[in-house]
Amino acid sequence: MSAVDQPLLRVESLTRYFGARAACRDVSFDLWPGEVMGVVGESGSGKTTLLNCLSARLRPDAGRVLYQTRHEGVVDIYDLREAERRLLMRTDWGLVHQNPRDGLRMGVSAGANIGERLMAVGARHYGEIRDAASAWLGRVEIDLSRIDDRPRAFSGGMQQRLQIARNLVTAPRIVFMDEPTGGLDVSVQARLLDLLRELVRELHLSVVIVTHDLAVVRLLAHRLLVMRQGEVVEAGLTDQVLDDPQHPYTQLLVSSVLQA
Amino acid sequence: MNTGGYNFAYLDEQTKRMLRRTILKAVAIPGYQVPFGDREMPMPHGWGTGGIQVTAAIIGPDDVLKVIDQGADDTTNAVSIRKFFAKTAGVATTTRTEDATIVQTRHRIPEKPLHEGQILVYQVPIPEPLRWLEPRETETRKMHALSEYGIMHVRLYEDIATHGRIATSYDYPVQVNDRYMMRPSPIPKFDNPKMDMNPALQLFGAGREKRIYAVPPYTKVKSLDFDDYPFEVQSWDQSCALCGAGDSFLDEIITSDRGDRMFVCSDSDYCQDRQAARSKEAAE
Ligand SMILES: Nc1ncnc2c1ncn2[C@@H]1O[C@H](COP(=O)(O)OP(=O)(O)O)[C@@H](O)[C@H]1O
Ligand SMILES: [Mg+2]
Ligand SMILES: [Zn+2]
Repeated sequence: MSAVDQPLLRVESLTRYFGARAACRDVSFDLWPGEVMGVVGESGSGKTTLLNCLSARLRPDAGRVLYQTRHEGVVDIYDLREAERRLLMRTDWGLVHQNPRDGLRMGVSAGANIGERLMAVGARHYGEIRDAASAWLGRVEIDLSRIDDRPRAFSGGMQQRLQIARNLVTAPRIVFMDEPTGGLDVSVQARLLDLLRELVRELHLSVVIVTHDLAVVRLLAHRLLVMRQGEVVEAGLTDQVLDDPQHPYTQLLVSSVLQA
Repeated sequence: MNTGGYNFAYLDEQTKRMLRRTILKAVAIPGYQVPFGDREMPMPHGWGTGGIQVTAAIIGPDDVLKVIDQGADDTTNAVSIRKFFAKTAGVATTTRTEDATIVQTRHRIPEKPLHEGQILVYQVPIPEPLRWLEPRETETRKMHALSEYGIMHVRLYEDIATHGRIATSYDYPVQVNDRYMMRPSPIPKFDNPKMDMNPALQLFGAGREKRIYAVPPYTKVKSLDFDDYPFEVQSWDQSCALCGAGDSFLDEIITSDRGDRMFVCSDSDYCQDRQAARSKEAAE
């Protein structure tokens, strides 16, 4: 079977406890190349825990995360040696944090923030690193004149766009996003979502995006997982789930959004 | 042996053995920072207790000690450390690089080439090269273990973006033996090439953070750079005003209230030798 016939990520019965309580329980799904998977649910439903398990940052207590590598076949990411896992995190995967302070180096320039992953994988030509940083600033609609400014001086929306550029510079195949629009004004959110939609399409990116905001997944996600108390209660195509929710919890979630 | 009521070289034998084990491990893993248990020294940390502890652990009665600070043998710091070992170990001291078996240094590597059998002991204020971008010790350890050194170039990138060139001129990061990233202590980058393939043993002691690391004789030491911004050392338009040297690290000194200035060798031993040779030539 060739790589195209296989999902990029196969998640099998993923479970993670905090103490006696399962923050995420028995979650399974496949993520295909170019696909955007939305994970929705109210605060505390286990979305971040799931994302951390998927992105190799939190070892699950049970279940597997199988990744289709570029050349080495399918691997269980938690069976990899730490060096291999960390290399994948810098190359094949991206991670966009809700709080830009967690995802950016606030003490160095925007250009260095974008260039870091390149340098981490061995880029040693300043001019080329700078050119790549400039190109990515342009793609995320940040003015080139800001390349030597520190992200501290950026607006919230710009910081999120810089985080995205910093991740995409090594052409990752999967990007994990935790509430990327949280804390942004509505108009700023809309611009960020438009940008994300374009990038996903152009780069054929696979994305797992966690949010409590159904409008975000409506715009971005092809498929949805609805989580409640650590479990997936409903899964399916985004439009189907949102327009014709089957589970009472999803119905509640959708109706509360409509009321809001 | 007991010198003036102290144990030889001040430290008790058990502490010295512990330090020697640390040094042996450091020599075995070039550039790797080995932690050690600190022993209180009768000086504040700013005086170079890390270097003093290393020297105390390796010095023997037959050693000849030279101590320099900023290249000079006659600064307060250098004088007090030299006196300390003269008193507690009864060893001979010298200002001549070629006569010393141990050179303890802060801020310089002597201009005269070192030879096999000599040991250069550096006083290190901050040992961790990754610290400037990564405050977490657990993370820097992991980065060393996995050779994840990309952020070191982030720093050089910032330098070029800000100054148009790599402006870092002291404590310039190096990679030792193609493996560990190392801070050479605040020596000028002018001295970095001297660390590479040096016949002497180089030991580094950090007192506050209790680390020892080493560059064994004839070990590769590479200064970081970019392909299009290669590593370069400082250079001067003038020669030393006292000895005429055109190949040594120069300090600018103010010579009058009117702000007159001149450039002279920072290595006083090197400069004096050259001055003596000149006056001898003139006399002949
Ligand atoms: N590090 C942790 N230690 C203990 N409990 C945690 C930890 N992280 C999350 N939890 C708990 O797990 C549950 C799911 O949390 P989380 O994954 O953050 O949900 P969400 O992202 O959907 O808000 C919550 O009950 C939360 O309190
Ligand atoms: Mg969360
Ligand atoms: Zn001179």
